[in-house]
Amino acid sequence: MAFEGIGASVRRTEDQRFLSGRGNYTDDINRPGQLYAIIRRSDRPHARIVSIDTKAAAEMPGVVAVYTGTDLQADNVGGLPCGWLIKNKDGTPMAEPPHPVLAVGKVRHVGDPLAVVIAETRQQAKDAAEKLAIEWQDLPSISSTQDAIAPGAALVHDDVEGNVCYDWHLGDKEAVDAAFAKAARVVRLDLTNSRLIPNAMEPRAAIGDFDRATGEHTLFTTSQNPHVIRLLMGAFVLHIPESHLRVVAPDVGGGFGSKIYHYAEEAIVTWAAGKLGRPVKWTAERTESFISDAHGRDHVTTAEMAIDKDGNYLALRVKTLANMGAYLSTFATSIPTYLYATLLAGVYKTPAIYAEVKAVFTNTVPVDAYRGAGRPEAAYLLERLTDVIAHDTGLDRVALRRQNLIPANAFPYQTPVALQYDSGNYQATLESALKAADWNGFPARRAAAAAKGKLRGIGISTYIEACGIAPSAVAGALGARAGLYEAANIRVHPTGSVSVFTGSHSHGQGHETTFAQLVADQLGIPFNQVEIVHGDTEKIPFGMGTYGSRSLAVGGSAMVKAMDKIIAKGKRIAAHLMEASVADIEFKNGSFSVAGTDKSKSFGEIALTAYVPHNYPIDELEPGLEENAFYDPKNFTFPAGCMVAEVEIDRDTGVPSVVSFVAVDDVGRLINPMIVEGQVHGGVAQGIGQALLESATYDVSGQIVTGSFMDYTMPRSDNLPSFKTGNEVTLCTHNPLGVKGCGELGTIGSPPAIVNAVIDALSEYDVRHIDMPLSPQKIWSIVAAGPKRKAAE
Amino acid sequence: MYDFTYQKPASVADAVKLLGADPEAKALAGGMTLIPVLKQRLNKPSALVDLADAGLAGISVAGGTVRIGAMTTHATVANSADVKKAIPALAKLAGGIGDKEVRHRGTIGGSLANDDPTADYPAAVLALGATVETNKRSIKADDFFQGMFMTALEPGELITAVSFPVPEKAAYMKFPNPASRYALVGVFVAKGPAGVRVAVTGAGQNGVFRQKAMEAALGKSFSQAAIADIATPADELNSDIHAGAEYRAHLVGVMARRAVAAAG
Repeated sequence: MAFEGIGASVRRTEDQRFLSGRGNYTDDINRPGQLYAIIRRSDRPHARIVSIDTKAAAEMPGVVAVYTGTDLQADNVGGLPCGWLIKNKDGTPMAEPPHPVLAVGKVRHVGDPLAVVIAETRQQAKDAAEKLAIEWQDLPSISSTQDAIAPGAALVHDDVEGNVCYDWHLGDKEAVDAAFAKAARVVRLDLTNSRLIPNAMEPRAAIGDFDRATGEHTLFTTSQNPHVIRLLMGAFVLHIPESHLRVVAPDVGGGFGSKIYHYAEEAIVTWAAGKLGRPVKWTAERTESFISDAHGRDHVTTAEMAIDKDGNYLALRVKTLANMGAYLSTFATSIPTYLYATLLAGVYKTPAIYAEVKAVFTNTVPVDAYRGAGRPEAAYLLERLTDVIAHDTGLDRVALRRQNLIPANAFPYQTPVALQYDSGNYQATLESALKAADWNGFPARRAAAAAKGKLRGIGISTYIEACGIAPSAVAGALGARAGLYEAANIRVHPTGSVSVFTGSHSHGQGHETTFAQLVADQLGIPFNQVEIVHGDTEKIPFGMGTYGSRSLAVGGSAMVKAMDKIIAKGKRIAAHLMEASVADIEFKNGSFSVAGTDKSKSFGEIALTAYVPHNYPIDELEPGLEENAFYDPKNFTFPAGCMVAEVEIDRDTGVPSVVSFVAVDDVGRLINPMIVEGQVHGGVAQGIGQALLESATYDVSGQIVTGSFMDYTMPRSDNLPSFKTGNEVTLCTHNPLGVKGCGELGTIGSPPAIVNAVIDALSEYDVRHIDMPLSPQKIWSIVAAGPKRKAAE
Repeated sequence: MYDFTYQKPASVADAVKLLGADPEAKALAGGMTLIPVLKQRLNKPSALVDLADAGLAGISVAGGTVRIGAMTTHATVANSADVKKAIPALAKLAGGIGDKEVRHRGTIGGSLANDDPTADYPAAVLALGATVETNKRSIKADDFFQGMFMTALEPGELITAVSFPVPEKAAYMKFPNPASRYALVGVFVAKGPAGVRVAVTGAGQNGVFRQKAMEAALGKSFSQAAIADIATPADELNSDIHAGAEYRAHLVGVMARRAVAAAG
């Protein structure tokens, strides 16, 4: 049998069912007597609800119930909670306006849920939903981030002054001001980080079920973290104790962050199922996904770097306006603060940093974490700014990075923005990527492209991220209303096979393979005797779920802790069987042996003994072999790396093509290199999507222009080159596996590499910056204007 | 989707009868536009009359004309040895419509009857000077297209086939919309019995149109140089988030020159 332990590129076991149509997704589940819910949503960006007449809808064939926001309110249904409290500069709490499950009084964005119609069939519910008679009073709306703070702007929430959710800051303002005062030069860059729509392949879905015999509620939902949904919905919205609320997130077809949050539809179907005593199913249509899944990014930023005469970074000043959308999604408030401003040191030893972040409400879909979440915004800012510094000063962009990198011997490294990096070697990933990309050979490739009439450019980014989130105490001190540990239960069965119950949740990441490799390796048992169970609050002890590249670093570490307990108990059983002292028992490669002898017992024999305790230390040890562990990390993990992109631009049309892409990452120890590479590929594809193609666009009237795939440009295979990936390894110093996480680095490192490459390709036109996405039209307009044009900044 | 009745007549005559008897009924060809529209509840026909069994599929080549039945799929056209030999540009155009699934369901008749301003086929029909045959008459390409989603078809009139005169040379170049991959600008250039014609799809506010200045120039000299300086007025071109009218006007020139080069 081929090696299947830590470090082996084992093929993903789950893919067999995914690729053959045998996955069990939420919409595949049907409960006896199931009803169907259709959500009537606002088609207006901002309006007062004068009245909703439900009579005609309720009389339609097959209709069982029609509910509006006032019905939910009357039944004491709470609003959707925000999980992270941010404090203003002056210490006061952020504005936290109500987020009703169904709109009450006003609608605040196109897509805002307004009423639910529940009928025997989907078709009937849809027919009836059209019969809802709504009287509106339209209000002026806010479509863009900047418009939110314009004088006299309409108020999204009547009692949130100036539409400001919070005005927060981080860092040492005085130190930064002092450094700016003595700087040889200050380089400033204004940029936006474009708004994105996640578009997971599987649209969201939810089924509420209620067992009248036991009084237990069940919610099947497309979630990345079923326990978090149980906690939020049970405690804040529906007031159902955990003991009577089961949340199941079965196979989930992609999340990218958009399935972290507690959404209105989950509460609606759970509540309605209890009300009606029948299961209620809701499945989003793709069009609904565009206007109801949380969007990502959407920052408007001014960044200034103070440098000395040699290009050394002295201080960074950042001012960001972050769009929250119309309501606060579950973790929205933490993204532009603790996952963004804390990363503004990047991989650089900038000694002083000061960041101000103002979060604002607009009449748009709520914005929350999307793959990378805050860290792509930080990396994009730093890596664009670094290239602009090179542009303005004439310094070489690689040399500029080399001289400002945190040295490899400086770890642990305390940044001026709260984080302490535990390990890394940014020089190693940089040099390795430059070599893999043949950076020095670029001029010849540019000349060859020019001979074909193409403009060729090369771009680089050296990025870092904070993953494996994170210590509960730190998160709590920063405003989190939840812990950020992970739980695992390891159940060794009598014949030695193992079921692992993990609070992490796989929605495409390949956990069933990676975790099985980890457990098989540590317990010395065959890979195919390990089962990974996730996604069901009735089976799993507890879980905080999967996001922020935390599954292996936090969830995997919890498994290691549980396995340590299994091995410790196994040693005691083995010592008894072999009449030796526990201290003399060694566990290696799946067998317990007495040190210095040839006596040993296999893992299977010990498991059997634990469950058939005939010859067993029964007075001092319980039978059975099953252990729980909760792991709360000591720190974030800090994956980092370097990406190099090359693009060619068709002068006639402005079309940019990514012709080469290299990513060399340090993700710590690799459990399954193939899966890591797959994560890099997927993330880079989404990063190229943001850099060149994707952008959620609202018109001035508040309607979404990119409300379908006809206008929202997803990256496709023909937009992407074949990726070259590589790894440099420094181990995480504070988790037992030395792992750092790999899920988000692609979306973090790649957009600036791509944009930097396009700007480089346009060097003869003297372009300093172009906001994403770098569409053919934007590029063509620069080329058409002719060389040496000073581009608008 | 709203409820509707579904009928599948076995002849054009029966189809016309069914459509004539019910003004709310709609003909269903490939359904590549109609079905998504129905799914979004943007249309509410009482009945769909499926033309699949009406005997309208098939390709024949005779006397310098390629005749393609209305219900012939894009994939069939793209893969037809006869079409590839007689009008390779037409086969190539068909092979570039939508994706594989669309090409195996979508039909030439459906595309033309719908007359989406960003569809590919209208450019070929107009540039090649094709004739649209219906159950009632033959309509010249120049008379067929009458604006966005508007054709010369009358109520109860069904396209039965399209006849393309074989050109001396022809080529189609498309700049796809990055999101939908429909034509943002598509230019079909042909030199044949109808003279030199340049038809532009995707760009015009009124659907497919002929770029007559380019036609005149290419009539004198069929070369890229001949049209290098011919600008397309932007004032009647579309403008959207993907491309403004000026950019589209520019792309008409680029695609036209590339089509001329490809036509040889």
